[in-house]
Amino acid sequence: MLLTKELSHNRSESFQLDDVNLDIQSGEIISLVGPNGSGKSTLLKLISRLIKPDQGEVVLDGKVISTMNSKDIAKKLAMLPQTQESQSDLTVHELIEYGRYPHQKSYNRLSKDDQDIVEWAINVTNLQKYKNRLLHTLSGGERQRAWIALAIAQRPKILLLDEPTTFLDISHQLDVMELLEQLNKELGMTIVMVLHDINQAAKYSDRLIVMKNGKIHYDGIPQCVLCREMFQSVFHIDAEIHEQNGGTFFTPLKMHKEIII
Amino acid sequence: MEDLKTITTHPLAKKRSIIIGMFGIGIIIASVISIMIGQVTFNLYDIWDGIFQNEDTLSRRIVWDLRLPRVLIGLIVGMCLASSGTILQGVMRNPLADPGIIGVTSGAGLAATVIMIVFPAYIALVPLAAFIGALITALSIYLLSWKGGTSPVRIILVGVAINAVIGACMSALMILYSDRVQSVLPWLAGGIQGTGWRQFKMIIYYAIVALLLALYGIRHLRILRLGDEMAKLLGHHVERSRFFLIVVSTLLAGIAVSVAGLIGFVGLVVPHILRIMLGGDYKYLLPASALGGGLLVVLADTVARSAFDPIELPVGILLAFLGGPFFLYLIQRRRNTFASH
Repeated sequence: MLLTKELSHNRSESFQLDDVNLDIQSGEIISLVGPNGSGKSTLLKLISRLIKPDQGEVVLDGKVISTMNSKDIAKKLAMLPQTQESQSDLTVHELIEYGRYPHQKSYNRLSKDDQDIVEWAINVTNLQKYKNRLLHTLSGGERQRAWIALAIAQRPKILLLDEPTTFLDISHQLDVMELLEQLNKELGMTIVMVLHDINQAAKYSDRLIVMKNGKIHYDGIPQCVLCREMFQSVFHIDAEIHEQNGGTFFTPLKMHKEIII
Repeated sequence: MEDLKTITTHPLAKKRSIIIGMFGIGIIIASVISIMIGQVTFNLYDIWDGIFQNEDTLSRRIVWDLRLPRVLIGLIVGMCLASSGTILQGVMRNPLADPGIIGVTSGAGLAATVIMIVFPAYIALVPLAAFIGALITALSIYLLSWKGGTSPVRIILVGVAINAVIGACMSALMILYSDRVQSVLPWLAGGIQGTGWRQFKMIIYYAIVALLLALYGIRHLRILRLGDEMAKLLGHHVERSRFFLIVVSTLLAGIAVSVAGLIGFVGLVVPHILRIMLGGDYKYLLPASALGGGLLVVLADTVARSAFDPIELPVGILLAFLGGPFFLYLIQRRRNTFASH
């Protein structure tokens, strides 16, 4: 449902995203992992048209996105950037209403359908109690749920998230991951996210994509991707791999020192 | 516990309707008072006669010919300046942006002055010239401070620099045409003394169009508040709407400048206070600012012309007296939370 073809982007002399080919299937949960500066966020921004590729193209449902109307893209693809502007006086409900923007005709108010979808997004994200609370009075995890609700109010087929759990404590992290899992299972929403926690990525994803220096190094199911060689070549660490309850986990041991003779 | 209760309405809803309602009533009361007091004081009955009896009486001449148009112009000027400031603050993501501080009004003032003293035959073009001057200044500031994004500080600094250049042009103009300067001096100080129906007719149509465009801009301002990235992700054309908003904002500033000269701080103070009280949702902030600006200018002009009787102080001077210290106070208060609006 989403393809990137030979995508390249030069941000500076030292960093470039080079020839990225990616085929994302409908209904997948994909995590992008990799060291800092490996191009994960850049790739998400390219896919979501926030930046333009120097070469190559992104194809969404058979159409090249650079030729598509921006609102039409927003009806199919939603993205949550890493940081959001602080909105001191919006309520949760008002924030989620913005998700209907791509569907609204120029100056119309929210239609009955729009209202229903906003309510639905509030229910799915379990924010009923908070819907008239100001955003800045919420905890980090609740606020993140509100932003996710905004994204799903767009009724996208594919949801991109850039480090959705980074500033959250562990219980809110799991809360967000479980919400994403639920969106995927119940609504068939395709999810592509950048995650730092590789164990979390392995637990919740169908597919892991490991990036380094602007290139995709590994791409496959977590059991295949999580291996000693991957940690050595991509992260320069020695790691131990475990299998437990059908999942694959790793424990970092120490920095991997290459012995150069 | 407050926290556990489900709140059923917007927490600011009540405050918003009260303040907007109060401003509406305030404007009516302030206008009536402004017409009543002055060197000759009238009661309500005189005012009624002055407006609706078409006889050549003292009240007719003062109420209808002098004070009513002046109040209306004050209202329009205040509404335009405050709306302009509100929009500019939203577009530049800068709570300290004000058409006066960053030089947009001086750009308008320079263009208008050129017409008035170099080409006095084309005096009717003053609003247009003021608008073009304001637009060129605003766009230069925006472009010069753009470096993959703008920051509040950079906009202010670029604005100050541009303001200095415009000031130099203005001084040069004053010296080159020193014989004609006398006629524009009161205008430069910023005031609506001596304005009448002629000036009212000159700006009213521009003002209606510009204020309607400002209302249309609310939708754009609201979505830009989410940040450029989020607005783009929702399918909004960020650059296009920012350009539109800058044009509307400078049009509003140009209208005010063309009739009232360089009145500063209305565009800064009014939206700023209201943002603290009502929050930054432009659906409420913009209309409230427009009303508040109108109210402030009418009140200030009434004080400026009656408190120092028999001398009429230009309202711009009074507002600068109040606005300057207020601006300093805001800088103090906002030092650490500069861009958090």
